[in-house]
Amino acid sequence: MNGLEQWSWYLDGWIIVAGILCAVSSALLGNFLVLRKMSMLGDAITHAILPGLAAAFMISDSRSSLPMFLGAVIAGILTALFTEWIRGFGKVDEGAAMGVVFTSLFALGLVMIVQAADHVDLDPGCVLYGAIELTPLDTILIAGWEIPRVVAVLSVVLIINLLFVIFFLKELKLSSFDPALATTTGFNATLIHYTLMTLVAITAVASFETVGNILVVAMFVVPPAAAYMLTDRLGSMIILSAILGAIAAVTGHISAIVVPHWFGYHSTSTAGMMAVSAGLLFVIAALFAPRHGIIVVWIRRQLLSWKILAEDIIALMYRIEERNPQLKPDAGYLREILFSRSVSTSLTLRYLTRHAQLSHSNGNYELTESGRDRARQLVRSHRLWEHYLVEHAGMSAESIHKKAETLEHFTDRRLREKLNEDTIATDQDPHGRPIPPEENTN
Amino acid sequence: MNTKNNLTASQPIPLSPEETPVSVYDLTVAYHRKPVIWDVDFQIPSGKLVGIVGPNGAGKSTLLKAIMGLIPKASGRVQIFGKPYQKNRHRVGYVPQRESVDWDFPVNALDVVTMGLYKEIGWCLPVRKKHRARAMEALERVGIADYAHRQISQLSGGQQQRTFLARALVQNADLYLMDEPFAAVDAATEKAIVQILQDMKQEGKTALVIHHDLQTVPDYFDYVILLNMRVIDHGLTAEVFTPENLQKTYGGRLTLLEEATETMRRREQSL
Amino acid sequence: MRPFVLVLLFAMFCPECMIFAAGDHGEVQSQSSITDRSIAIPEWNDWKRVFLLEDYNTRIVIFGTTLLGMAAGMIGSFALLRKRALMGDALSHATLPGIAMAFLIATSLGIDGKSLPVLLAGAAVSGLLGVATILLIRNLTRLKEDAALGIVLSVFFGAGIALLGIVQQMKTGHAAGLESFIYGKTASMVASDAWLIGCAGLSCMLISLLMYKELTLLCFDEGFAVSRGFPVVLLDMTLMGLVVVVTIIGLQAVGLILMISLLVIPPAAARFWTEKIVNMTVVAIILGALSGMIGSAMSAIFPNLPSGAMIVLVATAMFLFSMVFGVPRGILIRKLRRHQLNMKVNRQHLLRGLYEFLETRGLLNEKQISESTFIPLSTLLQMRSWSPMKLHKIVKRAQQDQLVVTLQDDQLRLTKAGLLEAARIVHEHRLWELYLITYADVAPSKVDQDADAIEHVLGPEVIAELESLLVQQSSERVLQSPHAIEIQQQEPNSPRSSSRRST
Repeated sequence: MNGLEQWSWYLDGWIIVAGILCAVSSALLGNFLVLRKMSMLGDAITHAILPGLAAAFMISDSRSSLPMFLGAVIAGILTALFTEWIRGFGKVDEGAAMGVVFTSLFALGLVMIVQAADHVDLDPGCVLYGAIELTPLDTILIAGWEIPRVVAVLSVVLIINLLFVIFFLKELKLSSFDPALATTTGFNATLIHYTLMTLVAITAVASFETVGNILVVAMFVVPPAAAYMLTDRLGSMIILSAILGAIAAVTGHISAIVVPHWFGYHSTSTAGMMAVSAGLLFVIAALFAPRHGIIVVWIRRQLLSWKILAEDIIALMYRIEERNPQLKPDAGYLREILFSRSVSTSLTLRYLTRHAQLSHSNGNYELTESGRDRARQLVRSHRLWEHYLVEHAGMSAESIHKKAETLEHFTDRRLREKLNEDTIATDQDPHGRPIPPEENTN
Repeated sequence: MNTKNNLTASQPIPLSPEETPVSVYDLTVAYHRKPVIWDVDFQIPSGKLVGIVGPNGAGKSTLLKAIMGLIPKASGRVQIFGKPYQKNRHRVGYVPQRESVDWDFPVNALDVVTMGLYKEIGWCLPVRKKHRARAMEALERVGIADYAHRQISQLSGGQQQRTFLARALVQNADLYLMDEPFAAVDAATEKAIVQILQDMKQEGKTALVIHHDLQTVPDYFDYVILLNMRVIDHGLTAEVFTPENLQKTYGGRLTLLEEATETMRRREQSL
Repeated sequence: MRPFVLVLLFAMFCPECMIFAAGDHGEVQSQSSITDRSIAIPEWNDWKRVFLLEDYNTRIVIFGTTLLGMAAGMIGSFALLRKRALMGDALSHATLPGIAMAFLIATSLGIDGKSLPVLLAGAAVSGLLGVATILLIRNLTRLKEDAALGIVLSVFFGAGIALLGIVQQMKTGHAAGLESFIYGKTASMVASDAWLIGCAGLSCMLISLLMYKELTLLCFDEGFAVSRGFPVVLLDMTLMGLVVVVTIIGLQAVGLILMISLLVIPPAAARFWTEKIVNMTVVAIILGALSGMIGSAMSAIFPNLPSGAMIVLVATAMFLFSMVFGVPRGILIRKLRRHQLNMKVNRQHLLRGLYEFLETRGLLNEKQISESTFIPLSTLLQMRSWSPMKLHKIVKRAQQDQLVVTLQDDQLRLTKAGLLEAARIVHEHRLWELYLITYADVAPSKVDQDADAIEHVLGPEVIAELESLLVQQSSERVLQSPHAIEIQQQEPNSPRSSSRRST
């Protein structure tokens, strides 16, 4: 009993299709809103088209005719224009200018809708969250098939957006990162900007009946933001954002039905749950993205510090062997010298033992042959760096040890050879200790 | 370079920590794990005008901000007159870069200078006439008292710079940290600022100034720090401001050092 | 600070009188829900009732919205100067899930879910969570602030809508009550609600008054504030906290979608009327109060006007008026000033051109000659990049001021007054040129342009200063042009006219 028993592929199927179409067409454009740091302009436009819609409703008295799109497009462009004017002539901060324009337009639209509510069958609630559940009820005939009107309209919008993105990908990419360069290269960055804004307005209108004015922002901004976490390439980002948007649409509708059931209620707003699903996808992407995910980065940093600790331990063991061959240190001794924490130290020691770099008996540690080899490499790197820093960077012998200690962890054989060439080939470091030759190491 | 200590021919007696305006030990600051300044070590003698020079991106602003704790440091220690900055804040006057504020803010020059006294006035207490009088004095000292009531966007670049300077002067600090005070100011303002610095030196104050114009370094500063991620050299201008040092600062890079740093960064990212 | 105290006193005492004044408790035609479909023109009686505050409910509503407008005006000024306008928007949208959640939890615990403090507490919690999420996204990921705002705004709002869908199914749900938080519905405001708004609003204003200078410093120069030891993060949080409180108390009056307008529009409008932050705050308070008052009054009189929308539209009207007519920063006044400056500039160029024409021909020494020589207009056209029509206008105005006299529309001469004025202008110009060369190391070839630009905005005090500075050089009544001096020094034989540049 999870609410899905009433699933009807005819009804719910079309709802999901409408949702997917809305999400994907919005996500396509949303990538550029996010990259151009204009997410809130998308929000502004979707709010501000309300009076355009209301006017169109009042004039044409129907829901999805051309006047509606026209009204919305005009309102969308006017939003961007008025914001620019207020910012430019009024010298008002950009965010505030946007706030003034879109809230006043939204308020105007609200008044118009309520005043004209006699003539028009338009529930202000529709503004908030659309009426995607009504999708299958309003169909038109296309090539003999009964297709919901909303689906047909959204399909057209999707195709337009797709074509726009495909044909103008280079220009969009360039004008998003460097508008000045874009203009000097010969095409008009402003034109692209206003075209983008127009398409945003059109998409918002088309989505008006699926997810409503305000939640369409979720479809514009959240899937692209999630995609941005997952990749560094624009093409992948666009594709990923579309996929994520579609997933959000599907899971949104399903969870709108299923989740309330867990608490004993009937289904809730699909549009709301679509936004929530998109948000959850974003959180997952932000946390676990392979490269930039917050948790992934944290884990990487931990692993790195453990790697460094492991190398520090064997390098230290080598130096101890050099100076004091009798001494077989235990974990506590190492910890004291290296200032490391006990958990990290024991983990690292266990790792080293398992990988046969150290052998231990009764809690005291000793280098194995392979451990000694690795240690030799490290110490060689370190001492070469000390030389280099003294010779080339003019540093004093006392201060370089610490820096060389950092650098030695990141020096491979090739770099060591270059170091060797650059410093006068020598076999003693600035402190007078021998530099292990390369041949013994691998 | 570090082997030469900060004892100069004219100061045979070493300064105690409390007398040293700024001591920096082993300071390293990194943005996103890429070191911006590295192992910076120096002490400034008191009563000197100290210039910090280096190429763009060398970390000069970062150094100043790290000294004040405006940005976190990866390692190292900074002392102002022997104590951490937080304890001796009141002895330090800060003149930030002009671009750091929006000059369209609805305040006039007098208001900005008075802001230098806000901490002294105390939380939630109002600004009184005597505070405004002190602010006026500071404005007179920098020569723009006539513009006290002008909104700050209507000031010229040089006047804006002098406003910032007055804001620092009004605190009667002993140490002044200035971030590019001479950038894009007219010649008259530059001369005025130099005069103020000379006056401050006469009063025994110390100034640490980020400067961009190599030509004027020997004229303006008697002590200089050459910075390019690390301190190339520091000391009396006459001794340290040499062509070889300038070449090291602005010219040849330590390519292998850079390569290792890059490797570090890439390894971390690809783990 | 004194204007503040007065405003606060007014706010505290006046509305109380309004509420407690004896009066009947009649009702204005009951505020219908936003989906009421009828349209009617209000009658004179209704106007009277509202504007004379005879109606108890209306008194409450106007009291509440006025105080809300005042608090929003004051706090919003700081939010605007801190450039956090849109964060307030995201914040208000983010309160929705909290409201719904509070209702659900309260109902399941047996408490009345629709009591205002409960709902507002929920709103506060999710609003603050929203702010925290914005900061987390901004600081921990590669996304910038605008994306963080968009994400939090839409996702939280979506969660709120989804929760509302559940609330609607509950027996006590009757979502009309909760939905009023989205659009605003003053009709449901009772006295206790208005008191809540009043107290919270006044407390916010008091706090920001106490911390006025700290908040100002935070908004102006954060780096300097940190260097002085101010806990900037704490101050920022306090400011955002005040924004949260004001947002929440406004949810009922204006609704969460439009709450941001009260925080942004009155301060932005106020900015056009002053260059001092104190005055800006006072004006913002007044404009906010007016918006609340007039907006809700109109919403009470006319049916089918949602109160939130009306308040916003009134505020917008005031903004537009301020943007165009505001003094000193309105568009018209700035255009006027620019125009006046242009006229002054052109006038001075004309006179200087005439003077120098006479000078180069050595005609100045004879008073008779200088005042009677006619100079063809075409010569003047060559000196500057004027169009003939423009020159004509300039000349006509100069003639009206009796500085020149024209002959047959294509020649003109200076009058006595004109000659005096021209001499003065030329003297100042050359003084400035000399100063720039001597003191500002400006190359002599460049100095004309600089002097040209600066001299027109100099006041008499600066001129006097300049003169005393260069007293040893200004032994003549009118200085020689530095160009002339320089070229004379180089090539004594070259004609002086070659030293003229034509601009």
